[in-house]
Amino acid sequence: MAPTKVLDPENINENIKNLVYAVRGELYIRASELQKEGKKIIFTNVGNPHALGQKPLTFPRQVMALCQAPFLIDDPNVDLLFPADAIARAKLYLSYTSGGLGAYSDSRGLPGIRQEVCDFLLQRDGYPSDPDLIFLTDGASKGVMQLLNIIVRDKKDGILCPIPQYPLYSATIELVGGTLVPYYLNEENNWGLDIKDLRQQVAAARNKGINVRALVFINPGNPTGQCLSESNLRDLIEFCHNENILMLADEVYQQNIYQDERPFLSAKKVLMDLGLPYSKEVELVSFHTVSKGYWGECGQRGGYFELTNIHPKAVDELYKVASISLSPNVPGQIFVGLMVNPPKPNDISYPRYLQESKSILESLRRRAHIMTDGFNSCRNITCNFTEGAMYSFPKVKLPPAAVAAAKAAGKAPDVFYCIKLLEATGISTVPGSGFGQKEGTFHLRTTILPSEEDMPEVMQMFKKFNDEFMSAYEGPSEPFSR
Amino acid sequence: MRRALQAITSNLAASTGQLYRRRLPSVPRTDTLPERLLIHRYFFFSAERSPPITISTINPKVLSCDSAVHGEIVTRAKRLQQILLTKPSDLPFSEVIFCNVDDPQSLGQQPITFFREVLALCDHPELLDKGEVHGLFSLDSITRAKSIMKSIPGRTVGGYSDSKGIRSLRAAIAEGIGIRDGFSGNMEDIFLTDGASSGVHMMMRLMITSDRDGILCPIPHDPLYSASIALQGGALVPYYLNESTGWSLDVNELRLRLEAAFAAGIHVRALVVSNPGNPTGQVLADQNQREIIEFCRDEHLLLLADEVYQENIYTNKKYFTSFRKIARSMGYGEDDFNLVSFHSVSKGYYGECGMRGGYMEVTGLDSRVKQQLYKMASVNLCSNVTGQILMSLVMNPPRVGDGSYAHFTEERDNILSSLDQGSKMCVDAFKKMKGVTCNEVEGGLYLFPSIKLPNAALTAARSNGMEADTFYCRKLLDTTGIVTLPGSGFGQVPGTWHFRMTILPSQQKMAEILSRIADFHMKFMNEYRN
Repeated sequence: MAPTKVLDPENINENIKNLVYAVRGELYIRASELQKEGKKIIFTNVGNPHALGQKPLTFPRQVMALCQAPFLIDDPNVDLLFPADAIARAKLYLSYTSGGLGAYSDSRGLPGIRQEVCDFLLQRDGYPSDPDLIFLTDGASKGVMQLLNIIVRDKKDGILCPIPQYPLYSATIELVGGTLVPYYLNEENNWGLDIKDLRQQVAAARNKGINVRALVFINPGNPTGQCLSESNLRDLIEFCHNENILMLADEVYQQNIYQDERPFLSAKKVLMDLGLPYSKEVELVSFHTVSKGYWGECGQRGGYFELTNIHPKAVDELYKVASISLSPNVPGQIFVGLMVNPPKPNDISYPRYLQESKSILESLRRRAHIMTDGFNSCRNITCNFTEGAMYSFPKVKLPPAAVAAAKAAGKAPDVFYCIKLLEATGISTVPGSGFGQKEGTFHLRTTILPSEEDMPEVMQMFKKFNDEFMSAYEGPSEPFSR
Repeated sequence: MRRALQAITSNLAASTGQLYRRRLPSVPRTDTLPERLLIHRYFFFSAERSPPITISTINPKVLSCDSAVHGEIVTRAKRLQQILLTKPSDLPFSEVIFCNVDDPQSLGQQPITFFREVLALCDHPELLDKGEVHGLFSLDSITRAKSIMKSIPGRTVGGYSDSKGIRSLRAAIAEGIGIRDGFSGNMEDIFLTDGASSGVHMMMRLMITSDRDGILCPIPHDPLYSASIALQGGALVPYYLNESTGWSLDVNELRLRLEAAFAAGIHVRALVVSNPGNPTGQVLADQNQREIIEFCRDEHLLLLADEVYQENIYTNKKYFTSFRKIARSMGYGEDDFNLVSFHSVSKGYYGECGMRGGYMEVTGLDSRVKQQLYKMASVNLCSNVTGQILMSLVMNPPRVGDGSYAHFTEERDNILSSLDQGSKMCVDAFKKMKGVTCNEVEGGLYLFPSIKLPNAALTAARSNGMEADTFYCRKLLDTTGIVTLPGSGFGQVPGTWHFRMTILPSQQKMAEILSRIADFHMKFMNEYRN
């Protein structure tokens, strides 16, 4: 009997076929191919700081090593290599577990770590939290997937997403069989929130028979970088309250703030500050991670979400689903604990921790400016300042000839541009179409993560490419970049 | 799941579509009158306040799945643990002992030193540059850590990796598979996942397109499978392992269940086989595996081989052979047989449950389907890197000639012999108990004894609103503090009762546990004798 495939593209889950995750999509695959062929690639497609040379903070890695190899703690020579506070913290975390890192924890995560998260939230926001309403997860993405999986019942359930958005949301909504309801951020107004548009989108969706169940907002924004003001957050909360919509607050970039006018404000704080009836009625899920900030520990897969005003039976169901996978990875949980409870001013490791974290943040702020200015110096490019997060999302004006060439090549114009950029310079970005953008506009997303030493060269390579591309498709004229 | 299984087994002859499809709880739809009115009212009045995410408005597939591991016995056990902290005199025992989940390190098993040395060095590579490290770590762990760090792009465990997992680690795993099977592995077939469970979820998500897609699962089986199938809205098609012949797997039984499913309009996509079995502990004989492979080929099924317990073998009458090796030995090449094999760092002699390391090896699938799998994996970016490294160490442990080899084998052999003795101790003890039968534990980390419960016990259970084995396990917990799981969470032939217990506690602890269970059992059977 001729061997046949049991699974073929015709008989597998349609939703998987339909979803697109551009961050590791066409451009990334092409970049990986070129890398295998020996070309030097600068991966700016994903917010992956350590892969681009950012050093891990020392204290957490010391604690982690001790937790991995507890025999070190008992060794008389341990203090030659590890400071006392790292040793003490490792002992504390090991005592939280039922058998070290290798034992399953509670499906919501170790209670001791969840308590640390509560302490952090109290300090950050001024409001108490319940450790049983904190779920530690294998990265924030898994938490987002769990929530969307529980909310979406079928195609008639709609989830509001900002355009542009981080495609985890569009991909997951597709995967769970829901409908993405877009609301447009206003590029001309610094990617600001437009409540009027939000209202219109909800009404339009409902007219089509969509139940709008939840609203995603990313603060600071990804890919857009804007930081929401207190009044933005209040408007969102009041809107969601009126419309009976659950809020999904993606706050993973809360440590990455590069301006002083709008420091980070958590949705929970603003919600509680508003008082009744909002504080008791608006359903909110807030996400955080160890992958971003000045930590950048993407590979650890550590994160958490906090539930506010969620129905207790729904919380039970979330716990049940979490328990099917038994527990999130314990090292990742410990990184969460270390992130929310870093060295304090009197600790031995504090000066080093402070110096390392400040230097990363200050460098990111400088790079945010270098990149924004670099893009804005090109005649055909406008770029809002990266107020927060890790990305730059410039708008590129493409001449009609380029748009036609793209069409002839069977590609979206920004995909075409990004592929050409990749092939010419090795810079691997993600086209704006991967995030959503206003019809007729083209963007690309790059990270601000290349090191400060490499940045000028990266921007130079980009500008040279942009000049050549524009000359090729618009005809010779003054150079496009200065 | 219990209801669904009992419905199926009691009426197999009258196969209709209803038997296999989970009856989903009814939820209010937004086109019901009350909810239309709600929307209508919004526009003209202020709407009624009602949270959108209540129990009646969440994904019904989530509601329909059970989690035996997180069920009522475990919940009660945790509550009793709390009571022990505050009012210990209220309870007739001083310790709650969790024998419900195979979590070796929570029951005192120590991790393998070499593995943890390498992980610690990879977590804090600064150590590798310091002279003092040689006083604290073995030389070959330093060498291995250096080599691993050099092979990771960016030389860091803190970066997102390739969505299938770090290339060099997959290469090491493929090499380990080749050494194990005598047929070389291919690193492009390997997907590193956060524990084997993640891989199982991905495959169910890939394969299940509607409630007419069925997956053949053994009865009894690990509740991961029933839960995962329910979450995707598919149909679990049960096949019975034969308790009287050591939980053997009869291909005729598979054929029978497949035909009945087909008659009921269910399109069976895959067959799940656990080898060694969980919770049953049987190891498949090569001939049996050959029959299963031929069956899958004949019936056009994907074989999902759960092989996470491959290093937990306690019989010298049988040995573990991977399905991949059997298929290759039968002459079936890469493209001739559709197989997904799962492995994990959680079991074996390493027992690293909390690290969440695992892989699935995907062979014989259409390359376009593999691309879709890859795309799905990429949405989560990657599995945790520590788990990836650990998985590669498990598949590529110290070998003869390595500095750590002697110590490594000593640790490994101590753990395995302790598990071996534990398994025999348990089986012997249970065989001595009246009304209890227990098959030999050939492999795995559990035993699944069967109890003939007297009618009075069945009546008492019913009046308490419980299954009979849940009643037994609950009483066992309340009397002794020992946590086990009732067989009804895993599936069993109707009218039979079982419970699942791990063989993990140390010999000393185990002796105490078994004596308390024996004591309880005698009193229980006495109290409820007919």
